[in-house]
Amino acid sequence: MPGLVHVQTTINGDEVNFLCEPRQSLLECLRDVLGMTGSKEGCNDGNCGACTVLFDGRIVDSCLVLGVEAQGKEITTIEGLATPEGLHPIQQAFLENAALQCGICTPGFIVASKGLLDNEPDADEARVRHWLAGNLCRCTGYDKIVRAVLDAGQQMRQ
Amino acid sequence: MEWIDFAAPTTVSEAVGLLAQHGDRARMIAGGTDILVQLRGGRRSLDLIVDAKGIPELNEISYDPQNGLTLGAAAPCYRIYGNQTVADAYPGLMDAATLIGGIQIQGRASIGGNLCNAAPSGDSIPPVIVLGGVCNIAGPNGTRQVAAEDFCTGPGRNVLENNEMLVSINFPAPQPHAGANYLRFIPRNEMDIAIAGVGSSVVLDDSGQNFVSARISLASVAPIPVFASEAAASLAGKPVSDEAIQAASELAIEASSPIDDMRGTIRQRRHLIGVLTRRTLNNAVQRARGG
Repeated sequence: MPGLVHVQTTINGDEVNFLCEPRQSLLECLRDVLGMTGSKEGCNDGNCGACTVLFDGRIVDSCLVLGVEAQGKEITTIEGLATPEGLHPIQQAFLENAALQCGICTPGFIVASKGLLDNEPDADEARVRHWLAGNLCRCTGYDKIVRAVLDAGQQMRQ
Repeated sequence: MEWIDFAAPTTVSEAVGLLAQHGDRARMIAGGTDILVQLRGGRRSLDLIVDAKGIPELNEISYDPQNGLTLGAAAPCYRIYGNQTVADAYPGLMDAATLIGGIQIQGRASIGGNLCNAAPSGDSIPPVIVLGGVCNIAGPNGTRQVAAEDFCTGPGRNVLENNEMLVSINFPAPQPHAGANYLRFIPRNEMDIAIAGVGSSVVLDDSGQNFVSARISLASVAPIPVFASEAAASLAGKPVSDEAIQAASELAIEASSPIDDMRGTIRQRRHLIGVLTRRTLNNAVQRARGG
């Protein structure tokens, strides 16, 4: 019987070691192995974006990455955005714009938005909508989310 | 899913050895955006996943104006369209690389993987075919080359033997007065599977008024991506005109053999192939004229 694999990685700036089965997705490793349940499982097949994390600075669906592929990588999850001083500007903008209702898609939208605004804080509405096409929301109708991301971009430019 | 092992070889020969050892129980994984979904859905069963991303040749993106482009089979879409030189030289390829999935998928999914997955709807396959892509395949007895239009053999099937792997795709350097374009029809703006897609490439003469040659390839209208060679050949030597493009689009429709399914009907798909062939030919002509 083959054994569990030891993975050493960096999550939200901290070195993390865990054991997983090679077939387990990064999302399963985050949620079930490490107890980091901020990243959500929506569709589990790469359509909804609820499990979005930053993987060496690029947004990916963590349901479509294997946990073993995290070896030596730098991962940012929703848990890594707020600081002891307060919420991340994107989180604050989501609150102020009422950009969430049930909240399941929200971690994915916020992490995906960070992946955009870190590099392009001046992204316009068309760019934001295109960037977020891989994230589904069944509640808001998207307008409030887009407004929140544009507001956050303005904050992050200052 | 049952227990599956994971191997991360760093050379082509090591990967080929693993494939040879496990036969049809092992598959290469690049971005994993198709294969992990298939495994989870019970549509595929494996003993071993072999990661392609640790092998340098599979990550290569190298271009020079004489020899063209070598695209490693595992290079993800974002690295392809993020390479400005490659993006400028092959806009027809960028049409597909920028519309496969969303940004998350483009961070992982590769054009080599799209070919190996061999879905009739694979958006990058028609552009690879019309740009003259040649697949470099490695196996236990060395390497062989297969033209992209001969790579897919059925839905989810390709020419690779169990002990072979796709290493890279070569594209010839762009010729003067050449252009290409890929368009698909989906009911949404993003993130959907093509009801029909068409890739076209053209080479014009020095005046920009006459077709020297063309290539046309169709997605989602047959068990494999279609290389519509008769439609394309009908343009050779003709003046660029609505009549010639209309005639080629009618031949492209005849080259298709679509089915009715939950995404669209035969009638809709045949209509779409006509529209998309005309649009992609016109867009390719524009690009060939430098527009």
